[in-house]
Amino acid sequence: MASDRIVGIDLGTTNSLVAFMQGETPVVIPGDDGLNLLPSVVALDANNQPVVGNAARNSLIETPERAVYSIKRLMGRGVEDIQEELKLFPFRLADDMQAGEVLRITLGDKTFTPPEISALILRQLKRSAERFFGGPVTKAVITVPAYFNDAQRQATKDAGRIAGLEVLRLVNEPTAASLAYGLDKKQNGIVAVYDLGGGTFDISILKLHDGIFEVIATNGDTHLGGDDIDNLLINIALDDVRGDLGLDLRRNAEAVQAIRKAVIEAKIALSSQPSVKLDIELPGGQHYRREIAREQYEELIQPVIDRTVGPCKQAMKDAGLKPEQIDEVVLVGGSTRIPKVRALVKELFRREPHTDLNPDEVVALGAAVQANILGGGSEATENMLLLDVTPLSLGIEVAGGVTDKIILRNSTIPASATQFYTTQIDGQTNVAIHVLQGERELAKDCRSLARFDLKGIPPMAAGIPRVEVKFLIDANGILHVSAREQRSGKEAEIQVQPSYGLSDEQVEGMILDSFDNAEEDFRQRQLIEARAETSTILTALEKGKKSAAWGQLTTDEKKQIAKMEKALVAVNAEEDYQAIRKAIDALNQGTMRLAELMMDTAVSSALKGKNMNETDLGEGPTAPHPMAKAEFE
Amino acid sequence: MTKSALTVIGAKPLSEDTHSCWSCGSMRAAHFCESCGKVQPPVPVDYFSFFGLPPKLDVDVPALEKSFYELSRRLHPDLNARAGSQEQEWSLEQSSLLNDAYRTLRDPIKRTEYLLHLEGVELEEQSKSATEQARATGVMKKQIVPPDLLEEVFELNMQLEELRMNKKMGEGDPALIAEIGKQKLSLEAKHEALLQELRTYWKSWDDLVDRGHAPTEERMQTTKKMVDVLNRRNYIRNLVRDVSTALEE
Repeated sequence: MASDRIVGIDLGTTNSLVAFMQGETPVVIPGDDGLNLLPSVVALDANNQPVVGNAARNSLIETPERAVYSIKRLMGRGVEDIQEELKLFPFRLADDMQAGEVLRITLGDKTFTPPEISALILRQLKRSAERFFGGPVTKAVITVPAYFNDAQRQATKDAGRIAGLEVLRLVNEPTAASLAYGLDKKQNGIVAVYDLGGGTFDISILKLHDGIFEVIATNGDTHLGGDDIDNLLINIALDDVRGDLGLDLRRNAEAVQAIRKAVIEAKIALSSQPSVKLDIELPGGQHYRREIAREQYEELIQPVIDRTVGPCKQAMKDAGLKPEQIDEVVLVGGSTRIPKVRALVKELFRREPHTDLNPDEVVALGAAVQANILGGGSEATENMLLLDVTPLSLGIEVAGGVTDKIILRNSTIPASATQFYTTQIDGQTNVAIHVLQGERELAKDCRSLARFDLKGIPPMAAGIPRVEVKFLIDANGILHVSAREQRSGKEAEIQVQPSYGLSDEQVEGMILDSFDNAEEDFRQRQLIEARAETSTILTALEKGKKSAAWGQLTTDEKKQIAKMEKALVAVNAEEDYQAIRKAIDALNQGTMRLAELMMDTAVSSALKGKNMNETDLGEGPTAPHPMAKAEFE
Repeated sequence: MTKSALTVIGAKPLSEDTHSCWSCGSMRAAHFCESCGKVQPPVPVDYFSFFGLPPKLDVDVPALEKSFYELSRRLHPDLNARAGSQEQEWSLEQSSLLNDAYRTLRDPIKRTEYLLHLEGVELEEQSKSATEQARATGVMKKQIVPPDLLEEVFELNMQLEELRMNKKMGEGDPALIAEIGKQKLSLEAKHEALLQELRTYWKSWDDLVDRGHAPTEERMQTTKKMVDVLNRRNYIRNLVRDVSTALEE
């Protein structure tokens, strides 16, 4: 059923995937190139049409000014947050960016916000899923780093909406991984999930209890991952080139991307080889060559991977657990393939980590499990329930610029808190509230979430109004605020000014554009498929007419068939795929006896069983193997 | 924190409170309908009543956890994702109430503070944010040092100051660190003793609840003792935290 078609999406920094629960097993849906991993790269082609994935990756080297990668690093962030990123990544901000505005990235001569770019990736995944099901897909569970703040979550949800997807739930990546992992284990105990991906790091500690996955503590760093290792290696290469050849390539985007591609390959090779030889052709035909030994490389990346230690210790402290009390450690994310990372995890938790699930796919598979639970569950997910937490404390700015924490980090969500406000001046009708997220004591050190204006408070003497404001963090980790003046019972109006992020109207405007296109694209694909079927059935009919069975039909039957054939040919020339399908169905019905007669006379025919309607496809054996080998990033 | 004016003693446990289910009409108990399973609109109740518990302090935590899990399986938004929008909203509210209640009641200190709050007693603000706030506004924070600790605290603060100075100069003083470590252990022992003391007042309180409508006088006496223990305990906990931070820095 279409309504049950909820897909699970891992919207990653480096790669993205879409998965679905097929029967009792979650499987990854491959893209049109047959690959499970869709590189999270977006580019504009020569006609200014967006391309996503491997196609866009080539353009990173050929036309780098028209391509973007690692956009997840910019989701829900302001221009002042990303100064470090700008030094390391070739993000080109729009020239006319205003302070406080949502970031806009230039691709060619167009600009896109990070949610729009993510939406293009999501739309590609949506299409893969639609091809898989043979029908529209409109609902999804999308994963986010556990340590994502409210703005980053909201931006991800916006991306879903822009892509024409109703985001039923945002699930934290490590938690999703634990769902996939727990599916076949079905056991109780304490599990730590160490998730080091392309751009983010999360650590989550969960208690598994008869199907309930209760997160006890989570911590992380939303700007730490394989990207950082790549950047270290790129900088070494650039320094080498400048030192040895006197060539400064930092501003040469093509060369930087060529180097990036080569060092990523080297990084991957170093997980299995003792040393690797870099050989990069530079502009001008010179070659940059360097041999990197595993030892050197490990020494180099130590500071990066050491940054995961602090969050792990904090999470254990928050959970009130010692390493010995943790029963299992699960590794997630491509960067956990690095032997040095595995060694670090082993030392931290004093046990051998689990690596039996593909670290690139486990998050998407878990998202598919959660999608199944939301869709009503199945035998495999019966009794499974995820209880997640908010990663950061929610606070309010009080006098003196201090943060008053009202919902502490690691509180199970949904969670709520109620605060009371009053006025300071007679007749005051507005109260301003500044909501913050973070652990620091001073408001200026926390993340500003939004400024709320409570309006329409009935004019009374100072201190008399009593406005009850309810803060509620939903199961997606997103904040909702409502207010009521208690003395008058009047609902106070809340005007939200998100500190970062798109307004509803902005998102709305973006949806329409891309949604219209998506619908058109879907229609086009349906049309192509329907016409292909027309040609198949007409060929089969021609064959039938030449068979012995044709002679056994009555004149009336032949006349009927001719009429339906004519109708199909006519409608096939039009653009309406539904009409074509109808005509195909009619002809199929009309030639049923012919097909039977042909069978009887043992003449093989393609006339029967050609009616590929969507339900057939949905249950069809098109599923990929869930453990397909990861493609090179 | 909700400022509910509910009288806790003698409050009816919610399970006795019957309404009919909005969906199937059968008589229901509390948060979801026993016969059709539908989530019901939330009723404003205190956290104890939410779990159908009397307002007693000696809570059986494993049993509380069990009911938390059972109720989660009924109320959580994930399991009501296909319900109508009104029902989904109730599920969100009910489930946040459940989580808030569980978080408060499973922790002995938060549970006691919550009960005192329901009784209309407010604790002294000795949180870190109040300290910061006082620092930021330049107003001295009202902080009452328990008299029997006065000398010890004075001594400890001197030592901590010395430790910080040493660290700033890049010097280590193992004897000083050992001395502070000893003080920390002694504070932790005091902390533990206060928790034990608190448990004895829990018992007095629970006895009052069992007796039904207890005289205001007796209730106030018991809550006053609890407030006193909690204030001392918070003071010592902050000290332990300061010492730990100073040692770790």
